[in-house]
Amino acid sequence: MTVRFTLNNADVQLDVPGDTPLLYALRNDLGLNGPKFGCGLAQCGACTILVDGKAVQSCVLPLSGVDGRRVTTLEGLGTADKPHPLQRAVIELQAMQCGYCVSGIVMSAAALLADNPRPSDKEIRDALDRNLCRCGSHVRILRAVREAAAQATSGDPK
Amino acid sequence: MTTRRDFIKGVSGGLLLYFHLPVRHADAQDAFTRPAALAANPALESWLKIRPDGIVEIATGKCELGQGIQTALAQIAAEELDVGFERIRILTVDTAHSPNESFTSGSLSVEMSGAAVRTVTAEARGILTELAAGRLGVDAGLLSVQDGAFLSNGVATRLDYWSLVEDISLTGEVSGRFPTKDPARYDLVGQPAQRLDIPPKIFGDTAYIHDMRLDGMLHARVVRPADRESKLNLPERLDDIAAMPGIVKIVRDGSFLAVVARREDQAVRAAQALAALCTWSDPGLLPDRASIGDWLRKAEADVKVVAERSDPDAGTATRNYQSHYNRPFQAHASISPSLAIAWRRGDSLTVWSHAQGMFPLRGAIAALVGLDENDIRCIHAQGAGCYGHNGADDAAADAALIAMHIEGVPVRLQWSRADEFLGEPFGSAMTTEIQAGLDRNGRIVHWRYDVWSGTHSSRPRGSGAAGNLLAARQIAKPLPVPPVSNIPQPSGGSDRNAVPLYSFPNQTITKHLVKNMPLRVSSLRALGAYANVFSIESFMDEIAQDLHADPIEFRIRHLSDARAIAVLEKLHSQMATAALIQNQPTAGVGIGFAKYKNLGAYCAVAMRLTVDPESSEIRLDRAIAVVDAGMIVNPNGIANQIEGGIIQSASWTLKEQVLFGERGVESRDWASYPILGFSEVPDIDVVLLQPPGAPAAGVGEAAQGPTAAAIANAVARATGKRIRDLPLTRSRLLAG
Repeated sequence: MTVRFTLNNADVQLDVPGDTPLLYALRNDLGLNGPKFGCGLAQCGACTILVDGKAVQSCVLPLSGVDGRRVTTLEGLGTADKPHPLQRAVIELQAMQCGYCVSGIVMSAAALLADNPRPSDKEIRDALDRNLCRCGSHVRILRAVREAAAQATSGDPK
Repeated sequence: MTTRRDFIKGVSGGLLLYFHLPVRHADAQDAFTRPAALAANPALESWLKIRPDGIVEIATGKCELGQGIQTALAQIAAEELDVGFERIRILTVDTAHSPNESFTSGSLSVEMSGAAVRTVTAEARGILTELAAGRLGVDAGLLSVQDGAFLSNGVATRLDYWSLVEDISLTGEVSGRFPTKDPARYDLVGQPAQRLDIPPKIFGDTAYIHDMRLDGMLHARVVRPADRESKLNLPERLDDIAAMPGIVKIVRDGSFLAVVARREDQAVRAAQALAALCTWSDPGLLPDRASIGDWLRKAEADVKVVAERSDPDAGTATRNYQSHYNRPFQAHASISPSLAIAWRRGDSLTVWSHAQGMFPLRGAIAALVGLDENDIRCIHAQGAGCYGHNGADDAAADAALIAMHIEGVPVRLQWSRADEFLGEPFGSAMTTEIQAGLDRNGRIVHWRYDVWSGTHSSRPRGSGAAGNLLAARQIAKPLPVPPVSNIPQPSGGSDRNAVPLYSFPNQTITKHLVKNMPLRVSSLRALGAYANVFSIESFMDEIAQDLHADPIEFRIRHLSDARAIAVLEKLHSQMATAALIQNQPTAGVGIGFAKYKNLGAYCAVAMRLTVDPESSEIRLDRAIAVVDAGMIVNPNGIANQIEGGIIQSASWTLKEQVLFGERGVESRDWASYPILGFSEVPDIDVVLLQPPGAPAAGVGEAAQGPTAAAIANAVARATGKRIRDLPLTRSRLLAG
C-alpha cells in the first residue's frame, strides 16, 4: 500500500504495509530521530508527534492512519538556526537530563501552546501528564514551557 | 611505556628544549600521588590530544548517562588549559582507545575522572609552556595562556598550543610535576555551563544509540519468560514463523530465544508469534510479595557486624524505642527499554551499548560468546537514563549472542517494554530494624541497627562475572553464577549509610546479606542507602516527635560533623524564609538528611505536602534541598541532579513496587508499574554550600534517602500516621 502524507512540510510517500506502526516508519523508513520508542503501548509519550496539529502517540498509530494528513516531528518544529520557543527554552533552562523523553514532551507542549498560548500551570501539567520522564526533569521542563509561552506571547523572543 | 626520553625524541626543531628537560627529583616524584584513574592509565596520550586545528580531545573512561559528566569534564579541561570551553571535545568511551575507568557508577565520575583530567591537562599546559618559554627565551613564569595563545608579561606572542603541538608529541607517563590551578583562580569551573549534549538532543540530531543506522542493519527481538529460571519448551520446527515476512533467522540457544528480521516491525510481529508458541517450565513458587520482609529475615544470609562502638560511661537508657521498616523491589524503569547493536565480522565483534562500563562488558561478552577479549570492541553510545545496573549490559550480551549467528551484518536488538521489566535486575527488597535507648537528657546512648537485603552488586564485571548476564543462565551451557558479593564499608552495598553519621556512644550495625533472592537484583541508584536513610531518618523523626523536639535540633544534638551541622542549619533558615515551618491540619513538613555513603555529598531535604482528609491522597507541594558537595564544577548540573533525585525518590517512595506473583514478575508496563507524573511533582529549590578547600563529591545519588524520609516524616506530621512500609500508598495510609 502506498501512503502519502505531509511530513514536516514536505510531501512523502511510503510503500510499506499500512499497518506498520507509524513510529517505525518515521524512524526506520524516513530516518527521523525525534520520535522515540519508549513502550509501544501509548503509555509513556516518548513517541509523541503532531498529526494535523494534535499530539498523537505514534507507536500505536498505523501508518495508514496518516494518509493525506499533516505530520510534524521534533525536526519540523524548529532547527538550531531557527528554534521553536520550546526548543530555545529547553536549552536556556537546561531542561533535561538524559533527554530521551523530552522530544515527546516538547511535542505535547507545542500542541498545547498552539491551542492555548497562555496556559495556566495546571493546564501545562495536565497536557504533559501523558508523557513520562524518569530522570525527574519535570520542574525544569515545566519552567521551560512557561518560559516558551511567555516569549511566544510577548512576541519578542530573546 | 613511553619515557621522557621518547618524549624528547618526538620533538622536532626543539633545540632550546635542553634547557627545560624535566628534572626528576626522586622525592618530588614520590610526592606526586596520582589520582587513582591516572595510576591505572598513566599515559598522557590516553587522556588527551591537542590538535593543530585548535581542538582539544579528552578521552575519559566515564560514560555520559544524561548526568552531564562530559560537560563537567570539559569545564575542568578548559579551565586547566585556559582554552575556550567550545574547543573541548569529550570522546565517547571505546575499548579501542579510551582509558579504562571500569563502571560509571557510585557518583564518582567528577571526583575520579575529574581528578585525572585536571592532572593531565595541567601537565599538557606545563609541557607546552616550557616549550614556549624556550622558544621565546623567557622564563616560563612570565608566560600566561589566553584561549591557547601564549602571552609574555601580558603581551601577545607568536606562539600558541596549536602550532606547538605540530612539533611535539604529548606522550608518556604523566609526571605530575606541574601543579594544577589554584581554585581561587578558577573562572570556568564553578560557573553554570550549558550542557554539551542538549542541543543535538533537542533538534533531533543523531544523539542516542537508537539513532545509529548502519548499512544493512537487521532488527532483532528476544522472547523471555516471567521467571528468569524458567526453561523453554518450543517445537523444533518453526516453519510458520520462519515463513513470516522478512525473517532472517530464529536464534535458539538453550532457553535463549530471539528472532532477526529485515524490518523492525517484522521482528516485533515474529517475536509475538514465537512467544505464543513458547511454554516455560515452572521453576517453583516465589514467596508472597506482601510479606517479603518476613521472608528476608528467615532466608539464608551472611551475617556480619559492620560497625560497632561502645562507651560504658555513656549513661543508661531510661527510654527505649524500636521500629522496623520495609522497602519493596523497585525497578530502574528507564524510559527506553535497553538496546544494543552487535556486528560480527569473522572472529571479531563490535558492540555498541549504553551500559555503564565498556571494559567490563567486553570481558563478560567474551566469556559468553567464546571469543578472545582482544577481538571484541565495545563502544558506548548514549541511551536513556539508567540509574544503575539495568538491562543495558544484558541487551548488549543478547545482541552479541545473536550476532554470532549472523555474519558480516550489524544486528540491532531493541528490548520491548516488557523485556526490560522482566529482565532488568531490580533494587533489592530490604527490611530494617532499629532499637534506640535515650538517657534522661534526650540523647541517644544506645543504637542497634539490622538490615536484611539481597545484594546490590551483581554487575557483569568482566569475564569472571559473565554468569551475571541474564542470557548466561539461559544458554544451553550456562555460565557459573559468581558468588554473591557486597561492597564493603565504608561505602557499603546493602549496608550503604547503615552506619549513622550521628555520634551514638554505643552502637551495633549488622548486615544480613541474603544469598538467594527470589527476583534478580543489582545496583539501583543509591543502593542500600535509600532504605537505610529512610529507616534511620524516619526513626530519628519518630523519637523527636515523641520528645516534642524540633527535628533539626534533635539531629544536630547528635552530630559532631561541622559540615553536616551547617547543612541542617542552612535548611532550617531556608525553611523559615519559605515559611515551611508550620505544620497545619492535613499539611505537613518533614525533613531527611544524610551524607551519602558517609563519604560523599551532604544533603538535607525538607518536603511540604498535603494529605486529602477524605481520599488520603498525598500531594507534594514544595521541596527544599541544601547540598554540600565540596568543590562545585557545574552548579547547574548539581542542581539538576538533585532536583531529579528528589523527584525520582518521591516516585519510588509514593508509588513504586515491582509486582510479582508465585510464578514471576507481573509488572510489565507503565500501568502495572506507575511512576510520578507532571501533575504530581513539587516545586523544588536547591541551595548549594561550598566550604573552601573541600574536594568535589558526586551528587547523583545523594538525595534519594533524605527525600524518602522527608516525605514519610511529612506524612506523619500531617496525619499523625507513621508509615514504615514503602511505598507510602493511599491504601497503607487508610489502613494505618
